[in-house]
Parts: sequence; structure tokens; C-alpha cells
Amino acid sequence: MAPEIILLVFPLMLAVLSWVIPSNRFRSYLLPLGGVVHLSLSLHGFIYPAATPLTPYLGLDAPARLVLPGVSLLFFLCSIYAVGYLKEHSQRSNRGFCSSMLAFLSMMSLVAYARHLGLMWVAIEATTLTTAPLIYFNYNPKSIEATWKYLLICSVGIALALLGTFFLAYATMGQETETSLFMSDLLKNAPHLSKPWLHAAFILLLVGYGTKMGLAPMHTWKPDAYGEASGLVGALLAGGLTQCAFLAIFRIYWICKAAGEGLYAGRFLILMGLVSMAMAAVFIIHQRDFKRMLAYSSVEHMGILSLGLGLGGISTYGSLLHLMNNGLTKGLLFLAAGNITHAYGGKTLENVRGAIRRLPLSGTLFLLGFIAITGSPPFGPFISEFLILNGAFHRGYLWVGGLYLLFLLVVFMGMGSTVLGVVQGKSMKSTGGNSPSYRESLWTGIPLVFLILLILLLGLYIPNTLNTRIMEAAHCLEQTYD
Amino acid sequence: MQTYLNTFLALVLLLNLLALGTSRLPTVIRLVTLQGGLIGLLPLLIHSPWRPESVVLAIATLLTKGILIPSILIKALREVQIRREIEPLIGILPSMLLGALGTGLALLFASLLPLIPGQANSLLVPASLATVLTGCIFLTSRMKAVSQVVGYLILENGIFIFGLLMLEAMPFMVEMGLLLDLVVCIFVSGIILNHIKDTFDSLDTRLLTALKEDTSWPQK
Repeated sequence: MAPEIILLVFPLMLAVLSWVIPSNRFRSYLLPLGGVVHLSLSLHGFIYPAATPLTPYLGLDAPARLVLPGVSLLFFLCSIYAVGYLKEHSQRSNRGFCSSMLAFLSMMSLVAYARHLGLMWVAIEATTLTTAPLIYFNYNPKSIEATWKYLLICSVGIALALLGTFFLAYATMGQETETSLFMSDLLKNAPHLSKPWLHAAFILLLVGYGTKMGLAPMHTWKPDAYGEASGLVGALLAGGLTQCAFLAIFRIYWICKAAGEGLYAGRFLILMGLVSMAMAAVFIIHQRDFKRMLAYSSVEHMGILSLGLGLGGISTYGSLLHLMNNGLTKGLLFLAAGNITHAYGGKTLENVRGAIRRLPLSGTLFLLGFIAITGSPPFGPFISEFLILNGAFHRGYLWVGGLYLLFLLVVFMGMGSTVLGVVQGKSMKSTGGNSPSYRESLWTGIPLVFLILLILLLGLYIPNTLNTRIMEAAHCLEQTYD
Repeated sequence: MQTYLNTFLALVLLLNLLALGTSRLPTVIRLVTLQGGLIGLLPLLIHSPWRPESVVLAIATLLTKGILIPSILIKALREVQIRREIEPLIGILPSMLLGALGTGLALLFASLLPLIPGQANSLLVPASLATVLTGCIFLTSRMKAVSQVVGYLILENGIFIFGLLMLEAMPFMVEMGLLLDLVVCIFVSGIILNHIKDTFDSLDTRLLTALKEDTSWPQK
């Protein structure tokens, strides 16, 4: 069997298995099993890419080759953390949780593998459905509210994306060539697409998949979902799912570029990027709930990704590198926040102070994660954020570059005061926390250490293979007409 | 066929406005059921000798939009004893006017999108866009969970209507739209029926406001 098929089907099989087996304790070990198999297969594909796609429907294109290992790596580290997390929540059945998480992994891989826009749409819709039970795992009124908002807003987004996909299909109709939604056909016939339909399709798809990615002003589900879900789920959503949604937008933009409409589409990407950054900057100031703060930080970084993509040139490279940096750093921050929340039984500044003394490892790494995500050297995000800025000035977008710097600064200050409030000071007695003597276990500690080391590595040295893959992905936007 | 098709589409547009113009939830559900039934028949009107794919699509649509989803919604309504949409964000009359305005704009916008020869004089595109807009008005202005589901259904109907333009070229893409109905079933049966009611004793999504931004800084 081809490794690609195993990569897609194995997590699904494990999802079914975890639904069937009765033991709560044994079930959670299926998560790292799925994670390690998936990671080894996707790393193999990353280093030795397959020359020809598997089937007309399945196969990795250049950007997907970059996204898949990033998602896989994050999932693997989260799956180790999950074993510890589920041990601490062993009073509740984790059947639905484990099954959904494994099915979610399979669907994220399907987004990467899809070479047909209809199939990609189905996969993204399926990620919404498989993550809803994860957000809902806490079973309280607030988590129902968050799940309701998440499902409703993302479903409207996904419905609009379907309409956009229809529009794109209609743009190919009436030509001599056959109507098709295969990426390869769309890219080949792009110059002949009907322009008005292509324009309308791009807007609908940007709004639709942008909702899923969390671009402002369609980001409103994000603070609630990330705030109420556990840190583990937040890490998977903010680090993994957003990469898949970005991949979808990247592919649509790719078609527009090939059709010679890069300027039209790029302007919208830049605009959405700046609006997202501005919105995040406004709401991140005086944010007392540090998980909601992370959600707004995620909105900001989705803005940065969209902005970098729209600017083009060296910024595209920066944006693709930032995709990986942001995924890993958000993973670290959410997992650390999960540990802190668990120790204090709260996630606002009223309940949490002095995390560095209470939880030296998670507290320190939360602080380091904050330093990394706001773009300070020597961590990875510094390099990618700087490259995007470089591209903006290089291409003559002086205003855009200036606003970008301003929003980064505001977010740095806003996030800083909340994060310092969390980690500094005397450790308060936990107020109604579920485990006053809680300490990170090996399961919930080691993945954090790995994440910070990876983020540091990406800041100091970009491996050759990674560099090649990013260049390939960035290059596919440039080999076009405008 | 074209005349029948356009008559049906005009009825769909009328149902949009009627749905916006009523606050009684059972009536709204009935209107949306009727709309779902009407658009379920549309695939049969597109081609005069019926094709297997249009018949399959028509049957599947009639079953889901005409029978399955309405019965779940009515069950939800009975369980929670709600009859009316009280105090929508935008009043009934203004939202009807907004819907009419949206229909006008949809007609204008559709004229900017060139149709391929053979489909040029059909109302499919404006009807689809107007229905999508109506769904959006519903989703943003009504507060009851059931109303929001109805809004989503109307939005979906609009997308389905557009899909009919491509029934010939890629029938499976249009059928994929029925997956959206799956989401609706999960919404209603999974969340509304089982959980919102138990936890909040009501189906008003306005009660779901615990998660609001609170930005006052704590006193040290």
C-alpha cells in the first residue's frame, strides 16, 4: 500500500478502534501511536517527495508538502501531551475525544492531499465537524456557547466557500476545455477563466475559508472557542487547523495569480491582513483572560500570513516560514497555558499570578513563547516576521509596512502586560483549583521543551530541505503572467 | 420549461420575503419546508427529458429538505415550547424591506456576471443570490437558535439553486451541497435538543452571552 494511503487511513482506523475499545486508559495511548506513524510517513514524504501524484484526486502540491509535516509534528507533540491531559481528566470518558482527535488528523491530511477543490471543501467541512466535540469536552454552559458559535459561524463560512467553489466551476464553463475543479486543470486553463466569475469566486472563497482561518472580521468565534476549549485543543486548532485553512486560501490565490489577477486578489489579502492585525491589537490590550489573549494573537498572526501572501516576493517566503513558526509557537503557548489553567483552576488575571514560581517549567516557557511570538530574536518568528516587513518595504508598500510595525508594537505591549501579570508576582493560592499540588508530568512537560527547542532552532538555522520546500512553494506563485 | 422554472424561482423569492415577514416559528418552519420542496423539484425542470442524476438529486433533496429536517425542527420546537421570535435584532417590517432591497441588488449584481449561452435568460443566478442574502439577514437578525437554523437552511437553499446551473457539468458537486444538511441535523439534534435546553432552559441564543469581552483592568 502506498504510504500516502496509510497516512490518510491509519488515523481513521485508530479513530474507529478507539471508539470500540472500552478501556479509558489504554485508549489515550492510541493518540501518540497515530501521531508517530503519521509523523514518520509525512517526514519521509517531506525529505523524499513523490515525483508523481498518487491519483488524480490525491497528491501533494508544493505548499501542501510544507504544511503537512508542520501539522503532523504539532499533532505528534500534542498527542504526547494528550496522554497526560487525559490522565488528569480520567473521571470522564474520553471515547469521543480520542476518536474525534484522530479523525481530525486524517481530515487535516486530506486537506493537504486534495488535488480537487470539491474534495478539499469536503475535507475542510469535516474538520469543522470533528473538532466540535473537542471544544465541547468540558460540558459546561460556556463550552456549549462556544461550540454553538463555532459551528454556526464556521458552517456559514463553509457554505459561502461552497458557493465560491461553484462560482469558480462556472468560470471554467463555456470555454473549449472541459469544466473541472482539479487544481492542475484550473492552473493550466487559468488565463481563459471568465474574469467576473473568478473575481466573485475569490471574494466568496476568501470570506469562506477566511472564516475558518480566523481572519477579521469573521474571527468572532475564535476567542470563545479557543478560550473555552482546553489548551490542548487550542494548540491543535490554532497551530494545525489554521494552517489547513491557509493552504486553501493559498491555492485559490495561486489560481488567481495564474489567471493574471494577482494584483486584484493580493489587494484583498493585504487589506484583510491589516484589518485582522488591527482588530487583534484593539482587543488584546487589557485582556485579562490569557487564553482569549492567545486567540487574539492567533487572529493577528493569521493577518500576518495573509498580508505576507498578498505582498509577494520575499514576503511570500516569510509568510510560508511564518506558517510553520506560528504553528509551533502557538502550540507551545496553548499547551503551557493549559498547564497553568489546570494548576490554578482559572484563566484570568484574578485567579492566576506568579506562574513561574508555581509551575517553573510551564511558566518560564509561557514567557519564552510570548517573547518568541511577538517577534523577538533569537526565535523563529523573528526571522519570518522580519522577512515580511522587508518585502513590504522592498516592494514599495511603505504605508503597509508602517502599519504592520505599529500593530506589532501595540500587540507586543498589550500581550506583554497580561503575560507578565500571569508569570510574575507571588504565587497566589489556587482558588477552587482542581489540584492544588499539580505539577507537570513527563507527558505534559516534555512536548513543551521540544517545541521551544524547535522554535529556537528555526530562529538560528533553517535546514536545507525546509529551505528548498519553502522556495518551491513560493516559486509556484511567481511562475505566472503578472 | 424555462417559464415553469422562472415561475418556481419567483415563488422561492416570494417565500423568502414571507419568511422574513413572520415571527411565528411554526409558520417560518412551514415556509422553509415549502421552499425546500419547491427547490427539490427544480432539477426536474432544468432538462426536459429527465436525466438519472436530476431524478436522484430531486428525490434526495425532497427527502432531506422536505421531510427529514422539518420534522427534526418541529420536534425541537415542541420540546421547548417556543412559538414566537420575540424582539428580533432588526424588526419584522425592516427586515422584510431589507430582504426586498437585497433581492433588487441581487438582480443588479447578477446582470454583471455573464452567463453562458443557453442559460442566458434564466432567473437562477439572481434568485440564488437573493436567497443567500435572505439567509444572511435571518442569521444576523434573529436570536432564537431555531430561527438561526432556519436562516442557515435558507442560505443553503440559495446555494443549491446556483448549483443547478452546473447540474450537467458536474452533478456530484451539486450533490455535495447536501452535506450541509448533515451539519444542520447535527446542529439541531446534537446541540439544541440535547444540551442548550438542559443547560439554559431556553432556546434563546441571547442567553449565550457569558463569553463577552470584559476589558476593565483588575485593581491591583
